[in-house]
Amino acid sequence: MMKKNLLLAFGLVAVAAVLFASGNKEVIVSSTDGFGVGDKASDFNLINVDGKKISMSNYESAKGFIIVFTCNTCPFSKMYEKRIDQLNQKYEPKGFPVLAINSNDKSKQPGDSYEEMIKRAKDKNYSFPYLYDESQSVVTAYGATRTPHVYVVSKKSAELVVSYIGAIDDNHKDANAVSKKYVEDAVDNLLEGKPVKTTFTKAIGCTIKWKEA
Amino acid sequence: MKQAFFYSLVSLFALCLFVSTSRAQSIEIIKYKDLAQIISSESDQNKVINFWATWCRPCVKELPQFLSLYEKYNTENLELTLVSFDFAEDLETKLKPFVERKKIEAKVYLLDETDYNSFIDKVDPSWSGAIPATLMIAKGNSKRKFVEKEFSENELEKVYLNFIK
Repeated sequence: MMKKNLLLAFGLVAVAAVLFASGNKEVIVSSTDGFGVGDKASDFNLINVDGKKISMSNYESAKGFIIVFTCNTCPFSKMYEKRIDQLNQKYEPKGFPVLAINSNDKSKQPGDSYEEMIKRAKDKNYSFPYLYDESQSVVTAYGATRTPHVYVVSKKSAELVVSYIGAIDDNHKDANAVSKKYVEDAVDNLLEGKPVKTTFTKAIGCTIKWKEA
Repeated sequence: MKQAFFYSLVSLFALCLFVSTSRAQSIEIIKYKDLAQIISSESDQNKVINFWATWCRPCVKELPQFLSLYEKYNTENLELTLVSFDFAEDLETKLKPFVERKKIEAKVYLLDETDYNSFIDKVDPSWSGAIPATLMIAKGNSKRKFVEKEFSENELEKVYLNFIK
């Protein structure tokens, strides 16, 4: 009996030690988590601002998608929101619609709640779906770290392949001063059946507001 | 006599005012090449460079940790630099008032760049571009550490002390 208790106590100490050690471990978000260019992208089923759920599989005739992780509150997202709309206006008819996804935790950023998304989409007259990733499962699967963060995926046979990851263009401040339109160039390459020239870029952005672990 | 006393009081007051205003730092607008210089310059101090902005909630949340790190280790080989991604047009209206209100004594720069993709990897290849992010460089450029996240409460000092060990 005594021995059993001792064993149990030892076990508890061991478990506590492991928990303590893992709790202390530094978690560093690395850009290598999630999908890379060339990976097969996963579909999702997220609620749009109109209350309906959307998956990529709903778009049977689409050739691909411009998935934009964005939000209501980040200044970069705001600076790009008109350009995101223009991307949709230009490429939705060509088979590459924009799907915008907000994954921010509303307790960390109250301005990014579903209700605020509905307001923003209405105020700014979004022509594209604006989806709410409340569980953060989609942003985790894709590995987006900031807003805006774009993933262009293209259909190859029945599969969705990640074809570009990164920034929309190279000038957040002034749409007229842009010299490299990364997303447009990538989608144009795909539409022409050519390999995407620039498949990966980086930009400064607001960090995704993760839920407390 | 009374008048002389009054004048000396006034001039003393003016002097105090001058001293206190001259202590408020001027914030320089820099480009990536200046940042590269700050990162690579030889130093006998441990550099901590924090990338932030006044509009970035998690950055502002973790900022007090940087300010207390500065207070504690400024005289012990710590060189803290705060590199802000505030927009240049917000320098006078947002960044400067913020820095004064928080009484920030550590050096603050405003990095005014557009082609972010051209330099993020040069700061650190592991940086995706999200802020807050922090670069630590041990004195004499002997080692470096890059952290892309918001430090949890009381975490920064531990990470710093562990790094300079």
